[in-house]
Amino acid sequence: MTTPVKRDKPWLMRTYSGHSSAKASNELYRTNLSKGQTGLSVAFDLPTQTGYDSDHPLARGEVGKVGVPIGHIGDMETLFDQIPLGQMNTSMTINATAAWLLSLYVAAAERQGASPAQLQGTTQNDILKEYLSRGTYIFPPQPSVRLITDIIAYTVKHIPKWNPTNICSYHLQEAGATPTQELAYALSTAIAILDAVRNSGQIGADGFEQVVGRISFFVNAGIRFIEETCKMRAFGEMWDQLAQERYGAQSEEMRRFRYGVQVNSLGLTEAQPENNVQRIVLEMLGVSLSKNARARAIQLPAWNEALGLPRPWDQQWALRMQQVLAFETDLLEYGDIFDGSPVIAAKVKSLIDGATAEMARVQEQGGMVQAIESGYVKRQLVTSHTDRMRAIERGDLKIVGLNCYRETEVSPLTGGVDSGIMKVDPRAEREQIERLNAFRAQRNATEVKAALANLAETARSGANIMPASILCAHAGVTTGEWSQTLRDIFGEYRAPTGIDIPANDDSRGAKAVAIRSEVVKTGNELGRPLRLLIGKPGLDGHSNGAEQIAVKGRDVGFEIVYEGIRLTPEQIAKAALEEGVHLIGLSVLSGSHVEMVEDVFNHLDKAGLKHLPVVIGGIIPESDAQLLKERGISAVYTPKDIDMNGIMVDILNLIRKSHDLSPVSVA
Amino acid sequence: MNRMALPDPATLADAVSRRDRLALAQALNLLDDRRPAARQCAAAFLDALPAEKLEAGGHLIGITGPPGAGKSSLTAALIQVWRQRGLKVAILAVDPSSPISGGALLGDRLRMHASGADREVFIRSLACRGEFGGLSAEVWPMSLAMLAAFDIVLVETVGVGQKEIDVSKMTDTTCFVAQPASGDSIQFLKAGIMEIPHVIVVNKEDIGMAARKTLSELKTTLGRRTDVDGWQAPALSASAALGSGIEALADALDQHRRWLLERGQFTTRRRRCQAEWLVKHLREEFGRYGINQLGSEEVLFAELASAPRRSPIAAYEELRARILTHR
Repeated sequence: MTTPVKRDKPWLMRTYSGHSSAKASNELYRTNLSKGQTGLSVAFDLPTQTGYDSDHPLARGEVGKVGVPIGHIGDMETLFDQIPLGQMNTSMTINATAAWLLSLYVAAAERQGASPAQLQGTTQNDILKEYLSRGTYIFPPQPSVRLITDIIAYTVKHIPKWNPTNICSYHLQEAGATPTQELAYALSTAIAILDAVRNSGQIGADGFEQVVGRISFFVNAGIRFIEETCKMRAFGEMWDQLAQERYGAQSEEMRRFRYGVQVNSLGLTEAQPENNVQRIVLEMLGVSLSKNARARAIQLPAWNEALGLPRPWDQQWALRMQQVLAFETDLLEYGDIFDGSPVIAAKVKSLIDGATAEMARVQEQGGMVQAIESGYVKRQLVTSHTDRMRAIERGDLKIVGLNCYRETEVSPLTGGVDSGIMKVDPRAEREQIERLNAFRAQRNATEVKAALANLAETARSGANIMPASILCAHAGVTTGEWSQTLRDIFGEYRAPTGIDIPANDDSRGAKAVAIRSEVVKTGNELGRPLRLLIGKPGLDGHSNGAEQIAVKGRDVGFEIVYEGIRLTPEQIAKAALEEGVHLIGLSVLSGSHVEMVEDVFNHLDKAGLKHLPVVIGGIIPESDAQLLKERGISAVYTPKDIDMNGIMVDILNLIRKSHDLSPVSVA
Repeated sequence: MNRMALPDPATLADAVSRRDRLALAQALNLLDDRRPAARQCAAAFLDALPAEKLEAGGHLIGITGPPGAGKSSLTAALIQVWRQRGLKVAILAVDPSSPISGGALLGDRLRMHASGADREVFIRSLACRGEFGGLSAEVWPMSLAMLAAFDIVLVETVGVGQKEIDVSKMTDTTCFVAQPASGDSIQFLKAGIMEIPHVIVVNKEDIGMAARKTLSELKTTLGRRTDVDGWQAPALSASAALGSGIEALADALDQHRRWLLERGQFTTRRRRCQAEWLVKHLREEFGRYGINQLGSEEVLFAELASAPRRSPIAAYEELRARILTHR
């Protein structure tokens, strides 16, 4: 008989989930909790994240797709039906509308009989990174910083166990950031936020340490798990120093680097998707092996993320990976196993040195907000991502099953009737709109009007936005109404695209020169330079693909019109007409590609551009790809298409075909 | 669309003057088309456009300034003011192209996003394609097509200094957007290497001190200097971010238009624009040698000032033929 060993308490285990409707998501949450999940991580749909009601024209096709639609307090109550919020720990991935969703959460908790002081959880509430990646911002940077600040000031006073903001390096890595860039930009964001809270005067000097202590982070863990371990140790050291030196935090507890993790989705492949399982497990090691830099909460993606939406079984598999690591292995029985390693110490130091230098460059420009507004940070990220894509294309960066070891047996995992992914019920959107209309009909219009007037007054006056928002929640205001009130006052924003980077060495390579020469020749045959419109219809803000195609297209000699994210199909058709483009490339990653393509074709038809070739890229299941081609799409590209030169030749030949010219081949 | 099919010039011109959006798009494509048959068709199209609109109608405005001065966001704000005043607006946005690939990223639409889905706003981006200074040779013919359909045609170019302000020679009114806290534009003005624009605006007045300082320096530098026609350029300040000073800017631009009209210089200036375009274009193709074949620049300008109105393309082809045949 061995005596039981003392083990550390495991991290919070969550699964990022939500879909279709509050009711369906509630059922999913209760199932997940019964399987041993210890916290909730709510995924909201794009209309909720960008502040539109389900019946707004921009919401078409997006309702319930990448998360749950929450339009008002009724939805929020349904979402947490039979889940006692006084005891739950809930993470909400919400940014531009974070103040609103937190208000709905508080109001729903109050209706359950829980007091705000009991509530535990996290609002992501890092709007700055939305300008660089993910793209669910609404307002310009200054009012966005004010909203973040208001949530921090409010929760520190009234919801003390809440993590009001999760400064995100996660999405920076997804947008291409190197570990050094992740460190530098996340910490620069933290500085921008903490400075803003301090300058707002909402918290006295004696309470500021509490603010520092409530700042938490949301990071990414890639496949290079040794380096990722070092990155997490570097984060801890740098944060400790920053908290002490810049913000005077004395207590060690308040200076602790607290973070949650979602491991890398960027490196997950569509080709041989079963390999993603071992990738996810290895990535989890990077944020769990070193006890002194271990994550507080972990959520893992599902193996089939690059194919489409995961099913409950896929999410269960991801949860079980965490449970095996925490409960079967001996990981939690030891102290930090890296302390004293000179190899680790040297790597940590080099990361800290690099990040410190980059942080200085950001500060020279006036800080993170200015460096975002000028496009500097975004250009750095696009450059890093371009380097990564080129390295994959050349085969210097090996990805098993994608650019090496590609031969494969047929996978039984993707062979089922559902092709191994979940399909959202197409009726979800219509039913959600019906519920929204019913909710609107039964509320007290006078109360709603008064609550919105009070919100507008608060927004103009500069007072904390939270109390007025909680009042709105109780009065029955909708997500669209709350957001529109603030849109009218704060204005809307379009972030720099960052694609205006210099051409890199590959664009001088033989292949690029050969393609360029063919592009010029075809331009001469058609009389004018070839033009492409890269369009991102819908609310989805994942712009890596669009940016990479734009840069590559420019480098092989196309004239590229790219207007950034979140365009309506009507705007795309308008731009195609006005700019006289030869081909349109659409990019959609939210799963709403079928609806978007239908709408784009309708508007092109109306504009008299029926014959313009259209291609699409995104996370598009094979069955949908067929459907899209039947609707008239000329080519479909998915994450497994890494040969950018090949895509460019394809595009060139599609243009040639649409003008009755025979295809060219480029050696 | 068959690659060889060219539109009927008269039908196209008629549709463009009725502000048919698809027709205007096709016309701009045609004016961009370098094939000989297309050039002939384009010349006929331009000749078929209503003369009174091209010579005396609308308002052709150039907006220029150093990179980062906020030209596009200022343009977006102006579009809103003009639309509120019931004016229909077309924009030609010239972006630099990549010197290596010849490809280009045309990003001005993004920065002017205010236009949304408004069908009375038409934006065409142009790559300057490494030629014609900071301008693009297509700007003048395309401006004409747009003038046939819209009340305001605005040409946006990047630039500071002599070469890039060429846009001022091909527009009725030129607006220079100065970057606050940068003395460059003032130095250029002082040194006389930059022609005086018709309206100068310091953008970003929201940043405070630096913008006020730049404005007062500009006012001092300008003093009571006037341009060759006797117009005294106002220096204004505005903020695209706050939407302040935009109405006044729109007023100042329109004041210059009315000033030209009142003095009977409007049509003269339009004709001069075309002459400037022709001479510049010839200089690009044949250098000073080619111009001298036709006499001198002065002789050429004098000849063009009194020549009957005709499309820039036809006029160009004729001058070109004269140089090549030494007539």
